[in-house]
Formats: sequence, structure tokens, C-alpha cells
Amino acid sequence: MIRIALPAHLRQLANASHEVEVEVEGIPTLGAALDALEARYPMLRGTVRDHITKERRPFIRFFVCQGDWSHEPPETPLPDEIATGAEPLRVVGAMAGG
Amino acid sequence: MSSIRVLVGTRKGAFILSSDVNRQRWEINGPHFAGWEIYHLKGSPLDPNRLYASQSNGWFGQVIQRSDDGGTTWQPVGNQFVYEGVPGTHQWYDGTQHPWEFTRVWVLEPSLTDPERVYAGVEDAALFRSDDGGQTWQELSGLRNARGNLWQPGAGGMCLHTILQDPNDPDRLFTAISAAGAFRSDDGGQSWRPVNRGLQSNYELPDANAEVGHCVHNIAMHPAHPETLFMQKHWDVMRSDDAGESWREVSGNLPSDFGFPIAVHAHEPETIYVVPIKSDSEHYPPEGKLRVYRSRKGGNEWEALTNGLPQENCYVNVLRSALAVDSLDPCGVYFGTTGGQVYASADSGDHWAPIVRDLPPVLSVEAQALP
Repeated sequence: MIRIALPAHLRQLANASHEVEVEVEGIPTLGAALDALEARYPMLRGTVRDHITKERRPFIRFFVCQGDWSHEPPETPLPDEIATGAEPLRVVGAMAGG
Repeated sequence: MSSIRVLVGTRKGAFILSSDVNRQRWEINGPHFAGWEIYHLKGSPLDPNRLYASQSNGWFGQVIQRSDDGGTTWQPVGNQFVYEGVPGTHQWYDGTQHPWEFTRVWVLEPSLTDPERVYAGVEDAALFRSDDGGQTWQELSGLRNARGNLWQPGAGGMCLHTILQDPNDPDRLFTAISAAGAFRSDDGGQSWRPVNRGLQSNYELPDANAEVGHCVHNIAMHPAHPETLFMQKHWDVMRSDDAGESWREVSGNLPSDFGFPIAVHAHEPETIYVVPIKSDSEHYPPEGKLRVYRSRKGGNEWEALTNGLPQENCYVNVLRSALAVDSLDPCGVYFGTTGGQVYASADSGDHWAPIVRDLPPVLSVEAQALP
């Protein structure tokens, strides 16, 4: 089970509480976790990544165990702390005025 | 009719304003989708409780929301807008060709004939249609064949902001794009051609009479006379009496013929409304006086409507989708400002009063008369 912490706007869109939990089959990678998030919450498709290319939207960041994984390839395995649910994968709206 | 609902999109959420038919006492409901830009909300003419909302922001992109209970509850529907085929390129600010890129939905126009059909006008300019209540969207890509390679963005982006349907001919559609012009389809949106003859853009285009490239800000139609169109261009107020085949200027005695929205009275096809703005860089009313101008002769002869509107130190703008009429008699007229005020007139514009004064900047206003 992987915990994913979403920004408030996306929690509201998904009707979710502070964190959501998803199951990932196979190797728990960043991309697999996001695939599982979009499968469980289809209303989030297109809001974190592009529908087709799966590219991260420009003002979205991915934080993993105090590290910025925004530029990591999607096939990068997540560390055990994330894979076991000890720490959440954080999806963050980047600092930007508006 | 027993009540009026005014749908207001703002920079930071949507608001629903409700009143009885007297239109004097209003309830304000919102913000819905707080913190998001709501470019447009509109109800289906066939089912007024079915509403669509375009919700977007820079972080999370585009979401389309649908309500089937008049805005009490909402469900996200489809938000995948994929250009048909290879999107190609259009003109960019520096004269180079730039690939079409989806940014947001500017306008949602529910069908006059099919409750499940809704059109979406998007930036970069294209027209999409859904036949399943917004769940999935398909581009009507023939529009971009109408000299799309020559279109270029205006300061607000290259947006398709206006969609009009001919109530007498379901195959006839009109769209307007900044900065490309007006376009017409006579086959349900499959093929399109520019309908810009008579528009003159003397300062904006090297060829003032170009086939495409005009910065059309808004077009409007009265359903009883769908061959007559009214246009607020960047500069100039125009009309066509032959479904866009030719246009003539009707700016007449307006204090400025720059502006964004234009609307037609619900029961008088020759009564039209504009909100003059000083210039393309000074986006506020001339002399700091907020005046709606009404012509009862289809243009050329205009009267200022000022009763109840601020007549000094007013420097707000009224955006292209932020002027609307209701279908009651007398006709109600509504507009929202970039200062967050929504004004209403229950007597065709003779008297005005603010419904609400301090919303976020208003992007769009639509009015629904409910049974």
C-alpha cells in the first residue's frame, strides 16, 4: 500500500481525505504509483500528468522522503519507506503566484 | 417563470445568484470550486438544471464539471481535449509557426436540440463537441482548416470564445476566435469558412481587410433573427444581416467603439447592448464612468444607461463573456466587472443595482429564467 498526499484542490476534486492509499502491483515505481492514483481516482486524470504523454504538469512536483523526484524517470523504483507506506509520496502544487 | 438564476464565473471560483422574478433581492451561493478560474458556466436550454462549468488553473489544468441539480452538487466529467490528427501550427507572436497546444476551455455551449450534446471552445483555438453530457470530447477539426495556419494569438491567448447556434437550422454554427475572426459552418461543424468580409482592422493588421486575423471579441444573435449577427470587435461594433457574409459598422455615437461583450435584448431583436471601454491598453470605461450603451435601432444610435452605475472614478473592465440577458418581460440585463461587481437591471437597462460588489474578477455571466 502506497500513501499519496495530494494538494488541497486535488483532494477536493477526488473527494478524498488528507491522504489517499493505492495498491501497486509489481515493482512500486513513481509511474506505477501515479497510474494507480489515476485508476482509483479517474477525475484526477490530466490534473497531475498529461493524459497521453504522462508528462508531469509544469507546476506539479513530486516529493519523496525529503527529496524532489519531479525529474525522476517514471520507472524509478520508490524507496522502501514509500513502498511500505511508512512515508507518503507527496504530490505538490509548486510555489507560483495566482 | 418563477425565478432567475445568474451563473457567475470568476478568477477564484463560481457563484450562483438567485432571485424571484422581481430581481430585487438576491441570494449569493458560492464560491463553488474555490480557488480555481471558472471561465464559463452555462445551463442547458433543454434542461435548465443541467449546468456545465469550465474549471481550470495553472497547476492542475482543465476540469469540466457538470451539475444535474442546478448547481447544488457537481460531478467532474471528461477533461481530455485532444486535437484531431496532427495538430499542426499557427502563427506565433514572433512570426514563427507554433504548434497547437491545449490550455483551457473558454466557453461551454449546451446544444439547443440535444440535452446530451455540448460544445466547448478552447485555447489554442478549436471547437470540441461532446454527445454524452461532457464525458468525452471530439474535436470538430474542420474549423482549423479555415486558414488556421494564419491565426495568431491576441493578448488574451488564441481562444475560441463564442459559439452560436442557429435555432432554425441545427447544422448552422458560428464561432469567434481572437485573433482570427468569425467562422461559419453549414454542416453541423464538419466544415467551416471565415465570415469576415467588411471587417476592417486598420491598425492591427497589415491588410486591414484580411480574410482572417481580425480580433473579434464577441458575437451575438437574437433567436428570432438568426441571420442577423452583432459583433464587438477589438475596435468597432459591427452587424451582419446575411449570416456573416458581409459586415458593416454600427458604432455610431459610442464614446469608444472598443469593448468586449455584446448582447441582444431577449424580446427586441434590434435592441443591443455594449459596454464601451476606452482603448486596447486602457481597459476601463471612458471618463471613469461605467456606462452600458443601448441601441434600439440595431446600432448607430446609442444611448448611455447610467442609472445606478458609478459615474466617477470607475476603472473596471467588463470581459467578453460577462454580459447577459434573461428571458423575462421586461428583459433583465446583467454584467460583471473585473472589480468583482455584478450589476443587474430588471427593466432592460433603465435602472441598475449591484447584486454583489466584492467577488473576485468576473470572467463570465449567464442568466437562466427557471419555471
